Amino acid sequence: MALLEVKNLHVAIDGKEILKGLDLSVNAGEVHAIMGPNGSGKSTLAYVLAGKADYEPTQGEVLFNGRNLFDMSPDERAAAGMFLAFQYPLEIPGVATMTFLRTALNAQRKKRGEAELSTPQFLKTVRDAAGKLGIDQEMLRRGVNVGFSGGEKKRNEVLQMALLEPKLAILDETDSGLDIDALKIAADGVNRLRGPGRSFVVITHYQRLLNYIVPDVVHVLSAGRIVRTGGKELALELEARGYAEYQEEAAV
Amino acid sequence: MSADVTTMKTAAETGLAQTFAQARAKLPGGKAVAAQREAAFDAFAKSGLPHRRIEEWKYTDLRALMRDAKPLAAPPDAAAKVLARTAGALAGDLEARRLVFVDGAFVPELSDTTKLEEGLSVGSLADALTAGDPALTRYLGKLAPADDAAVALNTALMGDGAVIRVAAGAVIKRPLHLVFVSSAKPSASFVRSLLIVEPSARAMLIESHEGPAGSDYQVNAALELFAGDQAHVDYVKLIADGAQALHVSTLAAAIGGKARFNAFSFVAGGAVVRNQLFLRFDGEDTVAGIRGATLIRGHQHADTTLVANHIAEGCQSREVFKAVLDDEAHSVFQGRIIVSPGAQKTDAKMMTRALLLSERAEADSKPELEIFADDVQCGHGATAGALDDELKFYLMARGIPDAEAEALLIQAFLGEAIEGIEDAGLRESLMEAVAVWLKSRGPKQ
Repeated sequence: MALLEVKNLHVAIDGKEILKGLDLSVNAGEVHAIMGPNGSGKSTLAYVLAGKADYEPTQGEVLFNGRNLFDMSPDERAAAGMFLAFQYPLEIPGVATMTFLRTALNAQRKKRGEAELSTPQFLKTVRDAAGKLGIDQEMLRRGVNVGFSGGEKKRNEVLQMALLEPKLAILDETDSGLDIDALKIAADGVNRLRGPGRSFVVITHYQRLLNYIVPDVVHVLSAGRIVRTGGKELALELEARGYAEYQEEAAV
Repeated sequence: MSADVTTMKTAAETGLAQTFAQARAKLPGGKAVAAQREAAFDAFAKSGLPHRRIEEWKYTDLRALMRDAKPLAAPPDAAAKVLARTAGALAGDLEARRLVFVDGAFVPELSDTTKLEEGLSVGSLADALTAGDPALTRYLGKLAPADDAAVALNTALMGDGAVIRVAAGAVIKRPLHLVFVSSAKPSASFVRSLLIVEPSARAMLIESHEGPAGSDYQVNAALELFAGDQAHVDYVKLIADGAQALHVSTLAAAIGGKARFNAFSFVAGGAVVRNQLFLRFDGEDTVAGIRGATLIRGHQHADTTLVANHIAEGCQSREVFKAVLDDEAHSVFQGRIIVSPGAQKTDAKMMTRALLLSERAEADSKPELEIFADDVQCGHGATAGALDDELKFYLMARGIPDAEAEALLIQAFLGEAIEGIEDAGLRESLMEAVAVWLKSRGPKQ
């Protein structure tokens, strides 16, 4: 059975339908890329999977590890292994990054019936993971993402992913706003986490990110549906020819 | 026919007049103090309890909120004293020198007045008044605004309080803690304290108020604080009264030049709380941090009214007041920064923020700047809003459950004010008090 099974998913925001019958099946260990023009529903898919309020599924179902995803609150989804790397990570003044990481990690462990990490264990884990991503200790003491550059915010998302060790990571436009060096650091961080027990859904407008995070499967999302699925070469084709034909197709 | 209009006296006003008539002969102090009391009560009787048409009390209509006047508290009995032993825990374990007052009366056997540091003197106001301490006349009533109804009542009926003096140059490391406890009897206490910190001296004063939840007792507490040039004074007021209590507090302070002054108010208890601060920066180049955190729920009403008057040049003041409101609670912040004509180079910034956890809660804020000098930097800001759903979703998407995510955001919100407290132990105690308050939040409707 697939890790993530999305069947005929319809999602509306404020009564307007954005996803119109989306099907997607992601097996354990696979990396899927979802590409599509602006407004095709890429971020909506990311948010509805993570459980954002106001993203209302009106039809269809999503099974995550065999469980009905829509029966679970966002924190339950996270504890079950779902992770969304935000396109625009939020700033939380007054909540130190360390406190945030620790609260999140321990909340998930508690929900899974695991023991909380000891302080030295936790600190070592964070330091190691942060070091690999070039995040210094001073940043960890600051409020979450407060005063971070765009690249630092994205690296902080990857750091959270590394610590929380999800089964499924959804990367929502992780490449947006990054220069090539920042992109490489983030992509290397993701690649280190690839393995048989972890799947990725990489959402992106551009093919560029997929040079660094090489997908197993590429989907084209247009007007709320997956309109084409192929191998990694599909991304190159899209880069060369653009999305025009899919937008026309969707408009018909 | 006379054109005078006599307003109907409320039950509370009539009660206060009776209380004063019965108590005036027994209250401590000589002739001069008695005259001070008479004048204060006359001033009060003329205007009566303040109400919503009095601008300073617009949001706290004491005439409506104070239904009756409780009788003056009797001297505390043994049972009341036993309860007071563990009081003041909210401040944490600071190993402070405790001066304990039960129902407004100083209790020497619960207080620590031994081995006083050099330069420190402590005593009770009742003793000082009875002894006719001539030093009192130099300070008593010199700062508290006589035209304020709460102050007038306090002056008329003050029974006891603390008189603390720190001699010039003395650095008192051990904090002083005035522990005010009300017992189960629904009575009224009027306490008046003096803190005199002479030039180049340093002291930290904590004042806490608490009492049983089931008693509708009334507290009127006033402190006149004198800080000399180059003094360093930290003052913390913790209002954790019982859920039915009426609490009116006044701080009147005059700060000298090149001094450091920090004041923090923590309001979590009481049915109706009015916490007023009248500050005067008399000397040049003083740096002051005036902060506060209010956490209220149910039908609690908490009013913070601040007047910070910059008289001398070059003072810097930062005012940060935060309120968290749940259920149908009502918070008020009235903050006025005055810059007198001579107070050039004043740097004053005031910020008040309210976080509403319920749609039925209400936060009123009225920041004001009155600037009579032209070379100053002054500003103020006020916000009120709900918890940010986007931030909450971000936390929940990382596995943090709903209530814990909210608690984290509320702690972060209050942190900006609480982090201004210099003493790390006290800071932690207050963050812990916030955590306890958050844990006891009821299930959401």
